Amino acid sequence: MKIDASKPLEYSTEENSNKIFGFWVFLGAEIALFATLFTVYFVLVDRFASGPNGSELFEIGPVLLETFLLLTSSFTIGLAIHAMRHGYKKAMMFFFGITLLMGLGFLAIEITEFFTYVHEGATLQTSAFLSSLFVLLGTHGAHVTFGFLWGTAILIQIKRHGINPATANKSFIFSLYWHFLDVVWIFIFSYVYLKGLM
Amino acid sequence: MDLEKFKVHGGVLIYGAMVSIALATLAIIIGLTVFKKWGYLWREWLTTVDHKRIGVMYILAALLMLFRGGIDALMMRLQTAAPEMKFLDAQHYNEVFTTHGLIMILFMAMPFIIGLMNVIVPLQIGARDVAFPRLNAVSFWLFFFGAMLLNISFVIGGSPDAGWSAYFPLASIEFSPTVGNNYYSLALQISGIGTMLTGVNFIVTILKMRAPGMKLMRMPMFTWSVLITNVIIVFAFPVLTIALALMMFDRLFGSQFFTMANGGMDMLWANLFWVWGHPEVYIVILPAFGIYSDIISTFSKKNLYGYTSMVASMVIISLLSFLVWAHHFYTMGQGVMVNSFFSITTMAIAVPTGVKIFNWLFTLRKGRITFTTPMLYTLAFIPIFTIGGVTGVMLAMASADYQYHNTMFLVAHFHYVLIPGAVFAVIAGFHYWFPKVFGFRLNERLGKHAFWWIIISFNVAFFPLFILGLMGMTRRMYTYSAETGFGPLNMVSFAGALGLAIGFVILVYNIYWSTRYMPRDTTGDPWDARTLEWATNSPIPAYNFAVVPTVTDRDAFWVSKQENIPLFKDQIKKIHMPSNTGKPFILGVIFFFFGFFMVFSMWVPAIVSGVGILITLCAMSFDRDHGFYIPEKEIIATEKKLRGETV
Amino acid sequence: MNKKGPLYALFLSLILLLPGCSSITVLNPKGPAARTISDTIILSILVMLGVLAVVYILYIFVIVKYRAKKSNEGYVPPHEEGNKWLEAIWIAIPIIIVSFLSVVTVKSTSAVENVAADYKNQKPLVIYASSSNWKWHFSYPEEGIETVNYVNIPVHRAVEFRLYSFSSITSFWVPQLAGQKYAMNDMLTTLHLSADTVGSYLGRNSNFSGKGFAHMEFETLVMPQKDYDGWVKDVKETAQPLTEDEFKALLKTDFVGRKTYSSNHLTFSPPPGNHGDHMSHDGMEMDMDNGNMEHKENKKIHPSPAPSSETIFDGKPDTEVQPVDDSTHEGHH
Repeated sequence: MKIDASKPLEYSTEENSNKIFGFWVFLGAEIALFATLFTVYFVLVDRFASGPNGSELFEIGPVLLETFLLLTSSFTIGLAIHAMRHGYKKAMMFFFGITLLMGLGFLAIEITEFFTYVHEGATLQTSAFLSSLFVLLGTHGAHVTFGFLWGTAILIQIKRHGINPATANKSFIFSLYWHFLDVVWIFIFSYVYLKGLM
Repeated sequence: MDLEKFKVHGGVLIYGAMVSIALATLAIIIGLTVFKKWGYLWREWLTTVDHKRIGVMYILAALLMLFRGGIDALMMRLQTAAPEMKFLDAQHYNEVFTTHGLIMILFMAMPFIIGLMNVIVPLQIGARDVAFPRLNAVSFWLFFFGAMLLNISFVIGGSPDAGWSAYFPLASIEFSPTVGNNYYSLALQISGIGTMLTGVNFIVTILKMRAPGMKLMRMPMFTWSVLITNVIIVFAFPVLTIALALMMFDRLFGSQFFTMANGGMDMLWANLFWVWGHPEVYIVILPAFGIYSDIISTFSKKNLYGYTSMVASMVIISLLSFLVWAHHFYTMGQGVMVNSFFSITTMAIAVPTGVKIFNWLFTLRKGRITFTTPMLYTLAFIPIFTIGGVTGVMLAMASADYQYHNTMFLVAHFHYVLIPGAVFAVIAGFHYWFPKVFGFRLNERLGKHAFWWIIISFNVAFFPLFILGLMGMTRRMYTYSAETGFGPLNMVSFAGALGLAIGFVILVYNIYWSTRYMPRDTTGDPWDARTLEWATNSPIPAYNFAVVPTVTDRDAFWVSKQENIPLFKDQIKKIHMPSNTGKPFILGVIFFFFGFFMVFSMWVPAIVSGVGILITLCAMSFDRDHGFYIPEKEIIATEKKLRGETV
Repeated sequence: MNKKGPLYALFLSLILLLPGCSSITVLNPKGPAARTISDTIILSILVMLGVLAVVYILYIFVIVKYRAKKSNEGYVPPHEEGNKWLEAIWIAIPIIIVSFLSVVTVKSTSAVENVAADYKNQKPLVIYASSSNWKWHFSYPEEGIETVNYVNIPVHRAVEFRLYSFSSITSFWVPQLAGQKYAMNDMLTTLHLSADTVGSYLGRNSNFSGKGFAHMEFETLVMPQKDYDGWVKDVKETAQPLTEDEFKALLKTDFVGRKTYSSNHLTFSPPPGNHGDHMSHDGMEMDMDNGNMEHKENKKIHPSPAPSSETIFDGKPDTEVQPVDDSTHEGHH
């Protein structure tokens, strides 16, 4: 493989730069995917039938905590990439690990939230509103879960092989993915929770 | 486990299908064992990451599906050939037209086109492969196993029966309690993910892997059409992904998206389906436009007329394709304003399409036209597709559509669009590029026989449907009474369907005959063509081009032939190649089982196979195989051999 | 190519013969709505034949003149980039044609979505047509009667069908009287039609709805007002009332033939929220967002069209959807 030293490691080969570009295209598809889910949610949001609506269901506390965790993790993955560019393997792994742990924390709260909703009788089967809520949050949550597993795999590879064009490329793409999930969450936080609580 | 739900109750047809599937599988297994081809199959095909081989597998699968969908069509036409026919009952007829639609659109037209783009696009832009060869294999195997999953529904559990558009609440568990529509939601999902990944792959390939000098506005029109198509795929397929996921949740987990109670909204499905469904039509038709453009240019010995407006018209069509979906349900009561908006956007598509027709006609003008088989299909496309187009404008008029909607007029219209617009194109492309892939041409005489059978029978089969529609015959009716007067024209249509079947049989016979008797083409350029794919040898060596070409103009190969400008300026050097891998195939197999277990709500095996998917993905991430190099000597030897020189 | 020419000539002449042929129901209208559409269709066929003619003439000309022959053996076709003016022409002319057809579409769509011009002064006869697997129920709220699988209407009278469904989406279609419209589960749609000739017209569900779909037909009998009044009186006196139990049983039966009742199911099973009425009040200003919101509002008022014993009926079909009386009707126009 030809390595172009003038570019950052993650862009250094043609394959690497294709992969990053390809991932941007893939994120385009992901935007279309979440846009569709949001549309479905907005169409069904007032169709809560005999079940609870947003303002009866949502609690701001856990949601703020989720938001805090995910936003901070987006910052720490940025720090990890910064460390990677300077070749600091340990610092990179530290921030990468912190990111994944915060992702895990986010998931733990989200799953607890789901249990609370179900306990209150608000299930996937209750109403169209709740179906769309669970599937929208669930799809985001599934993305975070997948991200956690993927990130763990990358972290192991960095530990084994150090920072090289291949692992740098993977980590950078992972960071794009993670930022994207953060952006989606900001939309969920504003248009699902805050709007629902109003 | 209750075995009853795996069974399909039905007549001779179902048992016949079961027996033939079992026999075919057995024959393949025995054949592979007797001829000791298991290793060959695994090494050369199942694990391949070569875009040409993947393309060939796509096309083979598409041909198989063409015959499956074609038999569905024959059964439907036979059942409606005369009043009160007793060949199929309502349930079977419903399953047959549903699978006919699904298979022809998703598992025939689209893979055929993706197959051709796999084989040709990297060659047309002078690349060694697609951007992500392994991802390409993943795409193919997801498509393939998705298609297989839908196909086994015919013999295990029952096929979907709510139409290919699967409108809710009809497709809900309440009105369609068999597993048929579970298959729908999972099989389409699996192959749809594959298609979406193809979209990503080809956008990157075309935008980033072009040979030096191949500017965007120098690309062959087929490559342009593929680029635009893949942009549509990337933005349209996620909508299908969501729609199918919601369908699955409604059917398997009792959610309330499209239900009749608890706030569900049946119209939401129709909207989501057609937001994907209409762009889907252009996903199969735009590449066809590209194929025709290249063929017309080659066989009239002229450059394409109005290149820029050809590109612009495709871009405009792709944008408009996202703004017309509601014309599929003008009759849903949206009111005059909404319907008028969608009428106008729909009719607006006629403008860029008209531009293309006239540009093609003006490419032919002042040309020197030779009537080869691919050119014949292309020339037949223009007048027939124009009928499809003008009836499309008629259907676009909302008020008039209140009378055409759901009738045979509509059925006639979309067959007049899709068959010349996609099927003739892939057949033309198949004949045109066949010598490139296999190193010999298909027989022209047999090719022309098949052509005349297909063209004439097509019109006999589908033109009467326009009239039947205006007589008030709706689509999807499994029977009708003699008083309706629909009988005679349906009989004519059935005769046409038989003629089409004969045409396709001749086409396949031609492949067999040509394989045995046609002489080897050593020029690599049997048609005296214009674009880069003809500049390399036939069959195409694994590395595509021994030396990456340098492009100076549109129709690069033609210009280099005419003006003696060398395309290949560099020395032959060792070439880096990706290694084969079995993981995409394994991933496809696991997805197949995952889908199957989900269809039958077998949760434990489904979760196990879900974990299997994650493990395979993880294994792919840990893969540290960076490919291999083909040494210079080997390349020189291969090149000589392909040119028919003795080594 | 030469084999195809006569084939097309045959097909084209077939199209031209169509309007004269009475079995082509769509082009043999018996009411103002169907006539408007039929005229639109014939107009569009003529325009499109013009388009086809231009393409075909050009096509035949180029493939005949520029085919490879012995006589043009050494001919080298020229390189042509395109021509701005020519391309402008084949952009401009289609735009003109499409604009013309757009105007026709908007006018005719608006015409068939409203009461026909000649009938505007009448109070329309309201009939609720609801579908279930695989039947049509016709409820006459003012007359207080109900029929299954046939509907009688007076000639020369504006009729307003309000459509909904107890199961899958169906499409109410009497091709000789008007275009079709969907009947759906959670929303009411409105179809205006009138007949100007006495007779029997076949109506059917045109939207695939499962196994019994092919048999989901009904007869539309158009009769003089006097006969219609007589028929209503007759039904009131002789037919049985429709009880809730009987209606539930009816919904569950796949095929029932014709039935007639001296009361209707609207009393115990009200229709879903009205979409059509909002539309006719708001005129054409309704956009899609509003459309969606209306569904939601109505959803709360009419949770489900399924039979509900708790709903008390006050003699009128529904406050939301009661028949438009003369004053509001005139006010609107």
